[in-house]
Amino acid sequence: MSTTRTPHLTARTFLVHGLLAGLLGGVLAFAAASVVGEPPIDRAIALEESGGAAADADHSHEEGAHSHEESGGHSHGDDDAAISRGEQAGPGLATATIVVGLVAGGVVGIASAFAVGRLGGLGPVGSTAVVVLLAYLAYTVVPWLKYPPNPPAVGSADTIGERTALYFSFVAVSLLAVVAAVLLARALLSRGPWVAVVAGALFYLVVVGVAGLVLAPIDEVPDSFPATTLYAFRIGSLATSTALWAGVALALTGLTARTWRAHQADVERRAAAAAL
Amino acid sequence: MSQLNPTADTPAVPVVSIPVRELAPWALFVALLALVALYFVGAEQGATSLISGTAVHEWVHDGRHLLGFPCH
Repeated sequence: MSTTRTPHLTARTFLVHGLLAGLLGGVLAFAAASVVGEPPIDRAIALEESGGAAADADHSHEEGAHSHEESGGHSHGDDDAAISRGEQAGPGLATATIVVGLVAGGVVGIASAFAVGRLGGLGPVGSTAVVVLLAYLAYTVVPWLKYPPNPPAVGSADTIGERTALYFSFVAVSLLAVVAAVLLARALLSRGPWVAVVAGALFYLVVVGVAGLVLAPIDEVPDSFPATTLYAFRIGSLATSTALWAGVALALTGLTARTWRAHQADVERRAAAAAL
Repeated sequence: MSQLNPTADTPAVPVVSIPVRELAPWALFVALLALVALYFVGAEQGATSLISGTAVHEWVHDGRHLLGFPCH
């Protein structure tokens, strides 16, 4: 009976549920971003325009073309379709949050499928909750601490390549470290769950701590940029991602609980039938 | 650890793992697709550019900022 498989606990189930959870997360992230993320972006863009950060006269947000870059490859030429602030804050923002939500949900769905029955004594709901929580910490919270996001008007166009490479490198280190930490904790389970969890957590913190010290800092906030707007933007950004992961967590654990009940009912039905 | 969630995870029926063999192709394909999708939301027409112009960058602009990617 211990190896009984049912059509419920499968890769397909977890991916479908992950994508549904990601869709919900993307919608919640859009809502959070609209309420707490857009106001500081608007303030930052207003500052940028009044401060004359965009030297070119036709780089006006009000005219629809939004561009902070003076470098040639990035200016809004006549051949580029102008995208208004309304489009950026509406369907554009929704596209970004829903795509990232689907990515997060799909990846975490498959990772949760791996975790079922492989995280000590945790049941499918518990292991799924652990996976989502670790993904939130490793993908969102820890990178947010090392490389806090910046609003428009902060950051030099000359360093975008370097900053992008640093950000993605740190995220990659954080994700690899959390996977390694879980494998380490699994290997140490025979010494007791607390030893395993504490060792895994310490391993992760040491790896991202060293990476955080080694990777170059990004410090490009102009002296004139208001601290309150920067703070509001960064909190708005964290709230956006937190809403995304909260949606994924709620929907995926809820759906996994349903899957698990269906699996249990199936197994018990088969056992009862076999006993007849 | 099994006592963390006694109601949802009653151990009446044992937990069965999904074989790695079954999960591996899904994991590989999801990971590849995830990288492509994150690239277009997070980096295209910023640090690097596969498609000329700025339409992709401008369309996802607010999301790129708020989801924590370096935008420009």
